[in-house]
Amino acid sequence: MNPRRVAADFGVFSRGYLRNPFGLFFSLIFPLILIGIFGLIYSNSAAPTITVYAENLDHQSNASVAFLAALNGTGAVTVQVIDPSVVGNFSQWLGQNGDPAGLVIPAGFGAAYANKTPLNVTVFVNPEDQLSSGVTEGSVQGVANAFNLRAAGGRPFIGVHANGLGSTLFNNIDYLIPGLIGFTIVTSPMFAMVEISSTYKKERLFRQLSLTPLTKGEWLLSKILFYIALTFVSAAMMIGFGTVVFHAHVTLNIAVLPFLFVGPLFFVSLGMLAGSVAKTPESAGVIGNIITFPMMFLSGTFFPVSSFSPALKTFAHILPLFYVIDGMNQVLLFGNLGRAAVDLAIVFVGASLLFVAAIVAFKWRDE
Amino acid sequence: MSDAIRVRGLVKRYGELAAVDGVDFSVPSGQVFAFLGPNGAGKTTTVEILEGLRRRTDGEVSVLGLDPWSQGRELHQQIGVIPQEFRFFEKTRPAEAIRYYGVLFGTHPDPTEMLARVKLSDKAEANFDTLSGGQKQKLGLALALVSEPKVLFLDEPTTGLDPSARRGIWEVIRNLRSEGRTVFLTTHYLEEAELLADQVAIIHHGKIIAEGTSSDIITAHGRPERLRVDGPPSLADYLRSNLQVPVTTDRGTLEIELRTPHDALRVLTAIEESGIPWKDFGTVHDTLEDVFIQMVGQMDEGEVAARRSP
Ligand SMILES: Nc1ncnc2c1ncn2[C@@H]1O[C@H](COP(=O)(O)OP(=O)(O)OP(=O)(O)O)[C@@H](O)[C@H]1O
Ligand SMILES: [Mg+2]
Repeated sequence: MNPRRVAADFGVFSRGYLRNPFGLFFSLIFPLILIGIFGLIYSNSAAPTITVYAENLDHQSNASVAFLAALNGTGAVTVQVIDPSVVGNFSQWLGQNGDPAGLVIPAGFGAAYANKTPLNVTVFVNPEDQLSSGVTEGSVQGVANAFNLRAAGGRPFIGVHANGLGSTLFNNIDYLIPGLIGFTIVTSPMFAMVEISSTYKKERLFRQLSLTPLTKGEWLLSKILFYIALTFVSAAMMIGFGTVVFHAHVTLNIAVLPFLFVGPLFFVSLGMLAGSVAKTPESAGVIGNIITFPMMFLSGTFFPVSSFSPALKTFAHILPLFYVIDGMNQVLLFGNLGRAAVDLAIVFVGASLLFVAAIVAFKWRDE
Repeated sequence: MSDAIRVRGLVKRYGELAAVDGVDFSVPSGQVFAFLGPNGAGKTTTVEILEGLRRRTDGEVSVLGLDPWSQGRELHQQIGVIPQEFRFFEKTRPAEAIRYYGVLFGTHPDPTEMLARVKLSDKAEANFDTLSGGQKQKLGLALALVSEPKVLFLDEPTTGLDPSARRGIWEVIRNLRSEGRTVFLTTHYLEEAELLADQVAIIHHGKIIAEGTSSDIITAHGRPERLRVDGPPSLADYLRSNLQVPVTTDRGTLEIELRTPHDALRVLTAIEESGIPWKDFGTVHDTLEDVFIQMVGQMDEGEVAARRSP
C-alpha cells in the first residue's frame, strides 16, 4: 500500500465523479428528494393534533373552563371553543365542517360539579375515523375521571409518563433519516461499482492500470475512501435537510461515524465482487440488482423492520444493510451503544472478508 | 549491444486458432523495431504478450531480461505502452492524467511540456470523452512516456492521425531512439516503418515471413529496379525482341526490368535506336509497401489455391 498512489487515484476518481452530473444527482440530491417525499407523507398522516370543537353552555362557571383547559392540556387534542349561537345545530355543523370531533358541556356543569350531582358531557365523533374518535373519547374520559377524583377529594397516585422507545418521542421522519443514510450507503457504491467493474473490463481500463505500479488493493481502497467521503457529505446533507425542513430530531453522536466508514467498505467491496464474478455487463447489472433491491426496501430503510411479519423479519436479519441501519438507529435514536457495537462488529467482519474476496476476484488483465 | 527483447518459438492459441505460430526475433537495445502485417496477422497478440498483458501458450519471451507474464510488476516500471485504441477514464483531463501517472510511477513529469511534445497542448483541460480519436492516441503516447521507460511498445500509434500529427509522432519516436530507448512499433503504414525502423519484421497468419532492415527485405523479396518510359506497344515489342529483357506495359507506360546497372544504358540506347517516339523516362524501385503487398498477396493466393485442391 502506497498512500500517495491511493491519494492520486482518489483525486482522479473524485474529480471525474464530480464532473458527472448524473452520479452526483443520484447520490446526493436523490436521497433529499426521498426525504422530501416521505416527509410530506408523514407530516400529513401523523399530525398529532385532533381538533375538538367545544360548545360550552356553562361558560360562566370556572369548572367548565377548567375542564376544557385540562382537555387541551393533555396534548392529545386541541380544544377550540365555539359560540353556539353561530353554529346552530352542532352535530350538523360538525358534519359539514369535516372536522367531526365535538364536545358539548351542558348548562349547569359548574353547579353539578360543586354539588357532586351526576351529569353528562356529550362527545361527537366520526366512528369511521377510529384514531381521532378513540383519542377524543379517551381524552375526555380521562379528564372527566380526574375531575371526579378531585371532586371526591382523592389524589391521583398512578401517573403515566409518556415515552417512546428511547428518550424522546420520535416522528417517522426521525426513523427515516438513518434509513435513508443506509439507503445511500448501499445504493451509491453498489450501483457504481457494478457498473465500474464491468465497463472498466470492457474498456480495458483495468489493463491500462495494470501497466502502472498501482495495485488492485490500492485502487479498491481509493474507491472505498471516495464512497466514505461521499457518504459523509450525503449524510450531512440529509440530516441538515431533515432537521431544517421537517424538524427531525437527530441526536448527533460520534458513535455513528464508524458505520459511515464500515458501510461503504462493505458495499464497495460487495459491488466489486458482484461485478467481477459476472461474465458480461448485463449479468453484472442483474446480479447487482438482485443483491441491492431487497436491501433497499427490507433493511429498515423506508419501513421499520419491527413492523414486519416474523418471516420477513428473519429475512431482514440476513441483509447486511439491516445491521448498518439498526446500528445507526441504536446510536442516533436510542442511545444503545452496546447493541450498536454488535451491529458494527458484524458489518466490519463481513466487510473485511468481502474486501479480500473482491481483490482476489477481480482481474487486472485477462488470463 | 544486448537484446532488449528476445522471442523464441512463441505460440499463442485461441482455441483452434494459432494467432501466433512459432515466432522468433530479437530487438537489440536502442533500436526501433517495426512489426508489420495485415489485419489479424497476430501483431497485437504478440505485443500484448511482450507487455505481460496476455499469457503465451508456448515459447520463450524475455523483455529487459524479465518474463513479462510472471514478472509483470517489475517489468511495468520500465516499459511504456500505447495499446491499440487507447482509452482512459471518461471525465479525466490530459494534464491531470499525466500528473496522475507521475505519482503512480514516482516520476515528476511536466504536463505542459509533455503535452506540447505530442502536440496536445490545446486539449490539456478537456475531458477525455470529448477528445477526437487522434487526440486520445496522443494522450496515450504522452502517458506511455511518463515512466521514462527503457522500452516502448506502440501498437499502431499513428493510426487515425492526420499527416502533420503523424510526423509529430515520428519526431517523438526519433527522439526516443536518440535517447537510447528501444521502441517496438506496429503499424500499417509501411513508409513509417521504412523511415523509422532499424529492423522490420513482417508477420502473416502468425508466422514471420520476412525480417531484416527494410532495404534487406526489399532486396531479398522485391523485384529488381525498373526503367519506366511512356511509349506505344510497338516500343515494347521492339525491346523484347532486340534485348530479350522482360517488359511489362500498362496504359502506355512500359516497365523494363534492370538486372544490372549496365542494363539501363543498353535499354536507353535501344530506345533511341528504335526511332519510336517516347517521353518521360525514369527508374522505379520497390518500396517496402510494394514488397509487403506482393508477399502477402502471393501467400493468400497460394492459400486459396491450396484450399481448392483437396
Ligand atoms: N481474445 C481473443 N480470442 C480469440 N481470438 C482472438 C483474440 N484476440 C485475437 N484473436 C484472433 O487472433 C488473430 C490475431 O489477432 P491480433 O489482434 O493479434 O491481430 P493484429 O495483427 O493486431 O491485427 P490488426 O492489424 O487488425 O490490429 C485474429 O485472427 C484474431 O481474430
Ligand atoms: Mg492489432
